[in-house]
Parts: sequence; structure tokens; C-alpha cells
Amino acid sequence: MAVPSFLARERIVARPGFNRWLIPPAALAVHLCIGQAYATSVYKASLVSHFESTLTAIGIIFSIAIVMLGLSAALFGTWVDRNGPRAAMFTSCVLWVTGFLVGGVGIEMRQLWLVYLGYGVIGGIGLGIGYISPVSTLIKWFPDRPGLATGMAIMGFGGGALIAAPLSRQLMSYYDPAYVPSDSTSVPNGEAVAALFFTLAALYLVFMMFGAFIVRVPANDWRPTGFDPASVKKKALVTTENVSANNAIKTPQFWLLWTVLFCNVTAGIGILEQASPMIQDFFRTGETSTVAAATAAGFVGVLSLFNMGGRFVWSSTSDFIGRKPIYMVYLGVGMLLYVILALFGSTASWIFVLTAAIIISFYGGGFATVPAYLRDLFGTYQVGAIHGRLLTAWAAAGVAGPLIVNGVLDTQGTPGQLVAANYRPALFIMVGLLAVGFIANLLIKPVSEKFWEPKATTPATARANPERSPVR
Amino acid sequence: MSHPATDDRQPTHTPAALIAFAWTLVGVPLAYGLYNTVKAASALFGG
Repeated sequence: MAVPSFLARERIVARPGFNRWLIPPAALAVHLCIGQAYATSVYKASLVSHFESTLTAIGIIFSIAIVMLGLSAALFGTWVDRNGPRAAMFTSCVLWVTGFLVGGVGIEMRQLWLVYLGYGVIGGIGLGIGYISPVSTLIKWFPDRPGLATGMAIMGFGGGALIAAPLSRQLMSYYDPAYVPSDSTSVPNGEAVAALFFTLAALYLVFMMFGAFIVRVPANDWRPTGFDPASVKKKALVTTENVSANNAIKTPQFWLLWTVLFCNVTAGIGILEQASPMIQDFFRTGETSTVAAATAAGFVGVLSLFNMGGRFVWSSTSDFIGRKPIYMVYLGVGMLLYVILALFGSTASWIFVLTAAIIISFYGGGFATVPAYLRDLFGTYQVGAIHGRLLTAWAAAGVAGPLIVNGVLDTQGTPGQLVAANYRPALFIMVGLLAVGFIANLLIKPVSEKFWEPKATTPATARANPERSPVR
Repeated sequence: MSHPATDDRQPTHTPAALIAFAWTLVGVPLAYGLYNTVKAASALFGG
């Protein structure tokens, strides 16, 4: 599918002397906007009331968006790699903004299916394309620090929710003066949510277009000053070869990494999904918990900070200690922390908060480090498309994580009466999952030579024929 | 569409003001989000 010339990759090849530090804010401009997807809980109760519906029916909006994220990242990854980041960011922006507009109209007209279609399907496709749009570009601009570069962008996805949640509350209180954001029982009316959707659409249009128009790709022969590509080869798992997306999914390394990401994300979601009730249940005596609702909300805030910070800190650290070792930390230390949480989490609140926060920082770190791990294993040739296909692990974990935790808790008792011991089976399942991920990571070896692209493969030839050379 | 080969491209200079503007544009909302989250998180420590 051809794109208009002003979006074409050839138009955005940077001239010599271009400063690469303009690229991370371009990536952040997109990721900070699409990160709103994790702030949908702020208007969930309002939509339940507006549509006279259920939490499950409203929750489906978010579920559709995340499934579409995984599917579109997998399906359009090759298109993104071929047409470059401006076309991808522009398309993502159009879809994400259209999703809000259609969703807003759906809320105004009280047509829930329009919200499913708008925010869920159209916006969800924009999410997937937007998520992968800057990743391969950042890796090419920062061959000396790929973990730092992707960590910055994917940190933005975590940061997007931190911005959207308070901003949405403030805007809804402006559109519905009866709504008091500081009162947890106060719910804004549907019209306020629709107006919020239209406002966010306008804001995101400006931000994402800004990112799309300042982004550039490096020339094929560009190298950072003082960077010697030969130094990259010194690490055993880092290749200087290239593997196509079609070939990558035929390698055991892809599926081992898929397993690693799936296990790490499932374990993290186990805590994230239940964060607020979990801390209250861990410190419950009889019917009452020593942790108040406001304190539990503070715990969710702490987790959000560690989720975001972990993306940047751990991914940057991986540039120094290597991708395989850092996943050994995420999964191995993660196992230990889950055991501590299960056995000693209820003995002191600081133990509970500290272990959960570090686990969540590993969850974020796992997301942010995986593009650099893919670069190490498969090269830069179609790393965006390979990343897109790997994100199906996220979609699968998004289903599996809550299913495991909720399924176990359902067998343990009634919400509001659960205690720390009721969480142990679910937490030990997470330990098992992390062990599976740990072993999968240990089994990752360099990709076999038979999957390498011929040496003549360059981004230009790849764009001309993206499916070339099924095997070497 | 024809474009000059990389070697023939004229050198450019990215204005420092543009880089500062771009970082500010993404930094300010991020700082707003962080401030609000830290404020909410302070409830955990009795703040």
C-alpha cells in the first residue's frame, strides 16, 4: 500500500549533521498519547451509568482496544518498516483521533456499539501502529544505546496514563460541575465523558502530528560519532546479520522470547489488575482492613511510577549488562520477590509495597527491553515487524493474567473478605510462570545462519521486496 | 520519486531551540502526570 509522498520514508532521510536527540521527543509525542489506553478506568463508572450497562460490558471497550493493538502490530509491522515512522505515526494519529471522535459520538447518541467500533476497533488499530512506529527508528538512531532509546519511548506509554488520568478528571469536572474528582463516589455524566473524548482527540491530534513531522530516519551509512559497529559484535548474542520478519517467526529464538515476554507480562498483570483490593486484603483482619481506600489508591500510584521508571532504568541498564542477563534478573529475582510477597507480604506494609513495586518495575522493563533484544538477535532489517508479531504475547498475557488471578480468587472466597493466604495459590502460579520464562530465556542462542538475509539486503532493497529471500 | 544520494546531501544543523522546544513539549505534560501521581502516591506514606 503506497503512501502520499509527504509521508514517504525517502522524504525524511536526515541530512548529515542532523541531531538525533530530536527523535526521542518525536517518539514520546506518540507514546504519551496512546498511553491513555491505560487510563480508561477514570470514566468507566460514568459509562456504566450512562449506558445503564455493566462493568463487564464497558470493560470490553478496553479489551477490544488491546486485542486490536496486538493484532494490528502483528499485521502492519512490515508495512510500518517499509513506509517509515512518519507514515506510521501519521496513520496512528488519524486512527487514534478518529477512534475518540467516533467513540464520543457513540456516547452522545447512547450507542455502545459505536464506542466499541470507535475507541475499541479504530482506536485499537491506531494503538498498535503507534506503539511500534518509532521503535525501529530509535534503534537505528541509537545503535550504541538501543536499550536507552527504546526505554525512553516505551516509558512514554507508561507515562501516557499518568498524564491522561488526572487530566481527564480535571476536564470532566470542567464539563460537569457536579462532578468532584476528589470524591471517590462522585461520577461525571456521560456528556462530560463525550466532551472529554472530543477534547482528547484535539490534543492528541496536535501532539502526534508534531511527532510525525519532526521524525527522521538516518541515512543507511550514518553512524553516531565515535561509534564502531564492530564493537557490537563483541557480545555473543548480538548479531551484525539481518533476519526478515517472515524468517524470524520460524526460529526457536522468536518463540522462546515470545514465551519470556508472555510469562513476564502475565506475572506483572497479576499484581497490576488487583493492586488496589490486594493491598487491602493483605492487611485485613476480619471484615476490616488497616489499609484505607485512599492509601490503596496511593499504592496504585507507586506501582505506576515504578512501571514507568522500570521501563527507562532497566532497559538502559541492559545496554551495559546485556539483554539475556537483564531478563535473568527480571524473571529470576522476580520469582524470589513473588515468593517473599506470598510468604511475608502481609507481615509489614513496607515489605509488601517494596516487593510489588520492584516486580512491577521488572514488568515495565520487560516491555521496554524486548525491542533491543530483538535487534540483538535478528538485526535492524525488519525489527519493527518482528516486534509487532512478538506483541501478540502481550495480548495473550492480557487475557491469561487476569484469568489466572481472578479464577484463583473466585475459588478462595468473596471479594471484600479475602486475606493474604487466599492470594498464595495465584502468586505461586506466577512463580511457576516466571520459572518457565527463566528457562526459555536461558535457552536463547544466536540465530542460525540459514535464516540470515543475503549481505546485499539493505533497507532500500527490503522496501522494494519485503518478502525476499525466504531462506538464505 | 527521486532524491539525492546520501553522500550528495547538504549538511544540516538542528537548531538547539527546536530540540529544547520538542523536549519541553513532551516534558511538561510528563511532569504534570508525575506530579499528580506522586501526590496520589503520597497517601500511601501518610502524606
